[in-house]
Amino acid sequence: MIAAVLDHLAELVNADAALVRRGRYLSATFLVQTGAISWLVTVHEGRVTKLERGPFLMRAWTFAVRATEDAWQRFWAPVPAAGWHDLFAMTKGGHATVEGDLRPLMANLRYVKDVLAKPRRSA
Amino acid sequence: MADLEPIVGRYLRLPLGGRPHRVYFEEAGDGIPLVCLHTAGADGRQFRHLLNDTAVTSHFRVIAFDMPWHGKSLPPVGWQDEEYTLTTRGYVELILAFCEGLGVERPVVLGCSIGGKIVLELARLHATRFRALVGLESADYQAPWYDDTGWLHRPDVHGGEIAGALMSGLIAPQSPSETRWDTLWMYMQGGPGVFKGDLFFYRADGDFRDRVGEIDTTRCPLYLLTGEYDFSCTPADTERTAAKIKGARVTVMKEIGHFPMSEHPAQFRRYILPVLDEIRARG
Repeated sequence: MIAAVLDHLAELVNADAALVRRGRYLSATFLVQTGAISWLVTVHEGRVTKLERGPFLMRAWTFAVRATEDAWQRFWAPVPAAGWHDLFAMTKGGHATVEGDLRPLMANLRYVKDVLAKPRRSA
Repeated sequence: MADLEPIVGRYLRLPLGGRPHRVYFEEAGDGIPLVCLHTAGADGRQFRHLLNDTAVTSHFRVIAFDMPWHGKSLPPVGWQDEEYTLTTRGYVELILAFCEGLGVERPVVLGCSIGGKIVLELARLHATRFRALVGLESADYQAPWYDDTGWLHRPDVHGGEIAGALMSGLIAPQSPSETRWDTLWMYMQGGPGVFKGDLFFYRADGDFRDRVGEIDTTRCPLYLLTGEYDFSCTPADTERTAAKIKGARVTVMKEIGHFPMSEHPAQFRRYILPVLDEIRARG
């Protein structure tokens, strides 16, 4: 289920012109992990140009966002419950982690948060 | 003729910390003075819906000021060589000086976030000066949700963009798009380092865990209301605080985050109107 959602992340992001414009200063590869499965998301000037599904043996990434499959399910609910409605709500609650080089993440935070929220189903 | 809102804005000249300041405020309504304190890194526009609500302004003179360095209140002369830092002492001085300078007697003070936190100190130290105190998203302490407030003020990260992006998570998903983005715009407009300077009070200087037990609510009623989606100051933080204060009244607001009056005014008035009615009935 989660895997199927993330497999479509590139189309979801690239079809959103405002989102791509917002990310125009970000070119980086970041890791999104859900449970045992990881994805490497490569962004070039706001467009997702490559989406690779792990497992990976030895790959570099700029920053990583990891959460359990259950946490992502709750995060992507049409109206998420309190504590599951934002990336940092989940990190504070111990349900997600953010690590790596945080400067590109923080400098493009709205873009990255919007990309991660893109699979959220509309209410 | 186009719609003219009842809100009027003026400037009050005040000495603060021994230096002249010019503090901008807006007001509307007649009756019991209700002084409103905005959140960290924002300004008094957060109260525009309360200022336009005749159910409130028919009984209260609603007043919302911009703290120095915020909104239309300029920093003091010489600011360019200083690092702005809000302290408990300075914040209390500002509120007392503003109320005295404007000549409002025994006002109700309603504050949110840093404004909600400082009402705890007003309740402890100056209870008899106020008719009632209302803290929104208020606690004696709240655990931080990111490590380093330095992200808010550095040349390689846009201060307005990062403030808006961080605060977006503190708004409940049910809040209407229009008021969500109004709220975030105010954060995006903050001056460099101002949000960070306010957070020194919110995170460090305003740790009141050792003193809220001294609050005597028989001298001044204390109402604490917190949104269920606020993970900065959580309902549990407010409830833990209230458990130390005999007589403090706690309400957890459904479908609201950290900015009740600004992010979802229609939902907020369901919770605040009964509180204001009760304050009015107590005389």
